[in-house]
Amino acid sequence: MSGKRVTFNQLWLAILLILPQMLLVFTFFYWPAGEALFWAFTLEPPFGGNLQWVGMQNFLTVFEDPLYWNSVQRSLLFGLSSTALAMLFGAVLALFVDRQLTGYKAFRFLYFWPYAVAAPAVGLAFRFIFAPEAGFISAINQWFPGLWNPALDGADAMVLIVVANAWSMIAYNFIFFLAGLQSIPRSLLEAGAMDGAGVLRRMRDIQLPLMAPTVFFLVVINITDSFVNSFGIVDITTGGGPSRATDLMVFKIYSDGFKGKDYSLAAAQSIVLMLLVVALTFIQFRYVERRIHYT
Amino acid sequence: MLMKRLIGAALGASAFLAVAAGGAEAQTRQRFEFWYGLTGQLGERIAEQCKRFNDSQTRFEAVCVGQGGYDRAEQNTIAAFRARQQPTVVQIYDAGTVNFMLSGATYNAVDFARDFHMNINWADYFPGVASYYATSKGEMWSFPYNSSSAVMYWNRQAFGQIGRSEAPASWEQLERDMRALKAAGHACPMAIDFDTWQWVEQFLAAHNLPIATRGNGYAGLDAELAFNRGLLPTHLANMKRWLDEGLLRIQTAQTGKTLIQAFADGSCAVTMASIANHGVVGSTAAPGMEWSVAMIPVYEAHARHNTMVGGASLWVMQGKSRGEYEAAAAFLDWVATPAEVQWIPNVTGYIPITIPAYQAMTAAGFYSQPQYAGREIAIASLSFTPPTENTRGIRLGNFTSIRSELQSELQAAFTGQKPVQQALDDAAARGNQILRRFEQTMRGRQLP
Repeated sequence: MSGKRVTFNQLWLAILLILPQMLLVFTFFYWPAGEALFWAFTLEPPFGGNLQWVGMQNFLTVFEDPLYWNSVQRSLLFGLSSTALAMLFGAVLALFVDRQLTGYKAFRFLYFWPYAVAAPAVGLAFRFIFAPEAGFISAINQWFPGLWNPALDGADAMVLIVVANAWSMIAYNFIFFLAGLQSIPRSLLEAGAMDGAGVLRRMRDIQLPLMAPTVFFLVVINITDSFVNSFGIVDITTGGGPSRATDLMVFKIYSDGFKGKDYSLAAAQSIVLMLLVVALTFIQFRYVERRIHYT
Repeated sequence: MLMKRLIGAALGASAFLAVAAGGAEAQTRQRFEFWYGLTGQLGERIAEQCKRFNDSQTRFEAVCVGQGGYDRAEQNTIAAFRARQQPTVVQIYDAGTVNFMLSGATYNAVDFARDFHMNINWADYFPGVASYYATSKGEMWSFPYNSSSAVMYWNRQAFGQIGRSEAPASWEQLERDMRALKAAGHACPMAIDFDTWQWVEQFLAAHNLPIATRGNGYAGLDAELAFNRGLLPTHLANMKRWLDEGLLRIQTAQTGKTLIQAFADGSCAVTMASIANHGVVGSTAAPGMEWSVAMIPVYEAHARHNTMVGGASLWVMQGKSRGEYEAAAAFLDWVATPAEVQWIPNVTGYIPITIPAYQAMTAAGFYSQPQYAGREIAIASLSFTPPTENTRGIRLGNFTSIRSELQSELQAAFTGQKPVQQALDDAAARGNQILRRFEQTMRGRQLP
């Protein structure tokens, strides 16, 4: 049996089978990405005509703009903190459910729901909850006037979008953590328990190390997601403000490109964002994955 | 063989019938596409107007498609034009005017009206409305449609408590009134937000001050922003001081209540916004609340000038068939009839765009009905003086981006991150970069 592999004798059949998938990838990824790359080196009026090749000018404009670096910094802050928050809560909830605390069946079912809510809807809900005058949180301002106001305070606004984004990602992380936990052999935990390890000790020394591949996968997904999918939340809750405190990279691309109709500048920024996400993922695989042992 | 022939004949006959039926349908109803940007209740009004047009005659049919916002209407039209799928007529907001004028993609209103024998009398439009959509030579390139201007909303009862029965006409008086209101226990004398339209653009127009050189950009793409000099820095520094003293309160959707909501529920005594909100204030005002509108205030040392028009106009696009243009011409003619021009202000807060329609409405007592009283203030404000270089409109490339730069800097100034003058200088510097980039993008093109 060994050495016997199923192969295609006819190359054309293989090509034919791959073709639909390749067509989709080409149409929805390579083509638009190529188009964006072309736009990034040109200037063209919105309605077309009069195309000029401007070389690196769009990229230089982007890199020379201190506000662009502001948005990079905000995106990193947003990505890292919402990833940390979402993973922490996802892991804690999964550990609780895995320990089969009271009502875990219902929670296992309910915790996944937030991920099914579209980002703009999440934004709308959190805008209402966190509105300093009318929302649930307005009670805080009753006790400490002016303490919470995301419309005027950049730090508050950042907290608002981080919490909103983390809330929807917790659900996703929860499912993966739970699956990871359930694949850990019970015998290991029981052996630990017999050796006198308490619940927290078993979590720290047995469950989390064995889930390292899951954790790694989730870090990659969470960071990438927070870079590219945060638009809906920002658009509805803060609009990038106050005074650009939540002007994330994707949001800046949208406002420059679609509101400002400066497609070339937006295209240059998308290329930079794409490279940044590729670089982040590369770093994660190159340096973090090395320390992970897949069982 | 016979069978084959029979089938052939049957197929031929049915194909002929299908073609004939299709042809007949096309002959009875020449269709054209109309895209609009308004959404919600206002969007429903447009759909209603389309339906009445279609019911009113048998030759043409307007296919009206809402685009889900002014921004989207412009984006979608650009994308559609590049794919040669553009509509015949599209509703574009004031700030999009410059892109359309430079696009080479439009059928200019004056030419279109002449080529398709429309009955438009250009002199009927209020000059303040017409000037925004006209070239520097005064030729109109789009058809005015829904128009508004900025006004001050004030709470009569609150002012009554401080012994005032009239709205403040000057900022000096408004400041005294706000102090009196505060002293009388009003937590929020005036609601403001970061919308540059009423707080900067209309403010400058009412004072006859330029937002940019070269006649607010009408004379050429090399205009430079000028709002960081003269009165505006002083005024915004005043606003910042009033904000710190608690005379103003910032009200946006993010704080929980917009300007209009904070005014309508009685929590703020004054605000400034578009007259288009008049209906909303009327229908949502706290029970028993007495309120009015007035012209936005002007500093005492300055002579009042007309405020600018806001809203949208209808553009005809290039590259459609003669039949579609004929249908569009019929629609645009119908929309401009006195009855239709009067219908819009009847069902929305917008103003009538032509002088005859306004006169007819005044004669019919429209403005003395309590629910509409005050809307004439917007027209009075819009036509207070003949439009000057500084008050006819704003023609700056990528103006939405300039607005958002200014908005961000206003937020920075009002939250104390930087002094007002520096914020305005920064906004102007960044805005000028946007203008230079636009000029480069439009290389070789001239503003008409």
